[in-house]
Amino acid sequence: MKLSSIIAAGLAVGLSFSATAGTLEDVKKRGTLSCGVSTGLAGFSQKDEKGAWSGLDVDVCRAVAAAVLGDADKVQYKPLTAKERFTALQSGEIDVLSRNTTWTHTRDTSLGLNFAGVNYYDGQGFMVSKKLGVKSALELDGASACIQAGTTTELNMADYFRANGMKYTAVTFDTSDQTRQGFESGRCDVLTSDQSQLYAIRIGLKDPSSAVVLPEVISKEPLGPVVRQGDDAWFNIVKWSMAALVEAEFLGVTSANADKMKAEGKPGQKRLLGSEGDAGEKLGLSADWAYNIVKQVGNYGESFERNVGQDSPLKIARGLNAQWNQGGILYSPPVR
Amino acid sequence: MSNEPMPELQPVKSGSFFNNPRNRAAIYQILLLLGLMFFFYTIVSNALANMEARGIKSGFGFLTTTAGFDILMSLVEYDATHTYAKTFLVGLLNTILVSFVGIILATIVGFIVGVSYFSQNWLLKRISIVYVETFRNIPLLLQVFFWYFAVLSALPIVRDSINFGDAVFLNVRGLYYPEVVDEPGSAVVYGSLFLAFVAIFFLRRWAHKRQDETGEQFPVFLTSLGILIGLPLVTLLIMGNPFHLDYPEKGGFNISGGTNVIPELMALALALTVYTGAFIAEAVRAGIQAVPHGQTEAARSIGLREKRIMQLIIVPQAMRVIVPLLNSEYQSLVKNSTLATAIGYPDLFTVFVGTSLNQTGQAIEIVFMTMAVYFAINMMISFCMNRFNESVALVERK
Repeated sequence: MKLSSIIAAGLAVGLSFSATAGTLEDVKKRGTLSCGVSTGLAGFSQKDEKGAWSGLDVDVCRAVAAAVLGDADKVQYKPLTAKERFTALQSGEIDVLSRNTTWTHTRDTSLGLNFAGVNYYDGQGFMVSKKLGVKSALELDGASACIQAGTTTELNMADYFRANGMKYTAVTFDTSDQTRQGFESGRCDVLTSDQSQLYAIRIGLKDPSSAVVLPEVISKEPLGPVVRQGDDAWFNIVKWSMAALVEAEFLGVTSANADKMKAEGKPGQKRLLGSEGDAGEKLGLSADWAYNIVKQVGNYGESFERNVGQDSPLKIARGLNAQWNQGGILYSPPVR
Repeated sequence: MSNEPMPELQPVKSGSFFNNPRNRAAIYQILLLLGLMFFFYTIVSNALANMEARGIKSGFGFLTTTAGFDILMSLVEYDATHTYAKTFLVGLLNTILVSFVGIILATIVGFIVGVSYFSQNWLLKRISIVYVETFRNIPLLLQVFFWYFAVLSALPIVRDSINFGDAVFLNVRGLYYPEVVDEPGSAVVYGSLFLAFVAIFFLRRWAHKRQDETGEQFPVFLTSLGILIGLPLVTLLIMGNPFHLDYPEKGGFNISGGTNVIPELMALALALTVYTGAFIAEAVRAGIQAVPHGQTEAARSIGLREKRIMQLIIVPQAMRVIVPLLNSEYQSLVKNSTLATAIGYPDLFTVFVGTSLNQTGQAIEIVFMTMAVYFAINMMISFCMNRFNESVALVERK
């Protein structure tokens, strides 16, 4: 009796472990999307006084929720540190990870994860105190560097200093906030992170003008949303939600003109917005999946300017993150 | 009826094997064991199968690949070109270091505060009470933050370092002090230091025996101190001081040369010491209170001085209560040292479960290895403390 119940319990544990396929059904049944974001990074995922999340990474969560559930607000945000993020996704605690995560070979091939696109092309840089008078990263021999633990930044830093025959002391912290505190208290001379984060962290300093970002960019950091491997239907949904944001901007569809375009736009615009073709159906979603995204979240350009661009305190230029025909490298596959 | 002979009482033989309660018990044990083994086998094989199905790598092969990241502090040689196995070692040694320092300091603080509770001095007694009640009741994580972000972060930046005679510097990056560098002949001095310890050991034995036999006391403490300082000092002079000091100097960014204690280590060790010290103080107080007052009165009646009463009568008996409590405090301290991750002290948890896990994604293997290490460390502490406990336990007639 006892034994059989133990075996039954063992089987139950074993079975529950394998019941993970069908993320789309899970999300629909739950009625909310569980999305992993950062613990707080200005412009990418931040929480206001009322507890509402906003940011470029948050907008990806919102876009997926809009596409799947028809409501961009039906997202449950799970703030994760860099160290926790992959385990949270692997274990099924979250459905999508949208947390300024760099797409690397190791992560894509050995962690059981798939990268569903790129929502920000970044590169690692350095921020130093103005008082040091340092003009280039090559003058940093012997410096102490504040780094966030468990990131590609840690590895790039080691590579860069080794390649240039320089020494440094790595002071690693768990959260972006702690690295800022470390930098401010003088625990380290230089704070290294992705450039976008440097601007965000710099704004959080007591005196932002006391720090400068050095010109060197020492790595490629394509940041994007991540899903579990092995659920291709879900992978497609996240990939195309991401692509729809970019495609909408390319086609000139905005949250303001979405209704008009849906009714009387060009064929490409109509196909995206679901008044022509069956793009939504092929994804297992409703016909107005992309319309919901654009209407509720905006296109990529709107999201960019609102969160990190000219309408935000960060004032980051589009740079690499402009459309391919505007001097950037954003290029969405066509929706047809 | 009454004439019939009583049936003889005999052990039941029917079927025999399964009716024997001992055999039955053994069978149940074996079945339970098999069931448990099957249970864990199912979990492990299921996890492995699922990980493989989802394309997650498993196994310990990652240990031999290059780590590629640097670590703030290491007791052995380490840089980014070393392997993940080495990061494990670096983290392990850092954990042992902070635990060791914490245990020693917490024990000293705990005994002083615990004994102070019984002081005739009003102020000392109050301080002891306030200390225990304050630090025992504040969460350790808060205390770690307090020491790191409130106290040590408030130290001056490098160029304004607090300077002690151009040899010792204190700033927000830690405490810098001269490093003692060995020169040829230094081994002789270390040897003499070892010799001094051996000599003290035998001196104590001799003095003890002499007191037993003749009742005469010998100034053991002062003589020991003399040997401990004198012998190495004499060899130091004979060998012509085979050491030199490497002084820290202010460099471009940091202070170079010398050696230093990083603020993360200071903050963590301080927090662990202060927190665990409060608990040990309570253990000491409990131990001393457990010794009946009659013992003190008896000691006074034979004319022992107050200090000697504490030393010879009270503390040895109190140890019986204190030592088992100390054991669990030490184990808690080791486990609490994982709070290092909150301030970035590179202990095993921060380096291995933090960075290494994140860079490799080998969660199960790494978490398992780390759990095994903390288990092993605490078992060792338990073993040592149990041996120590036996030595202070009441010796009963055999």
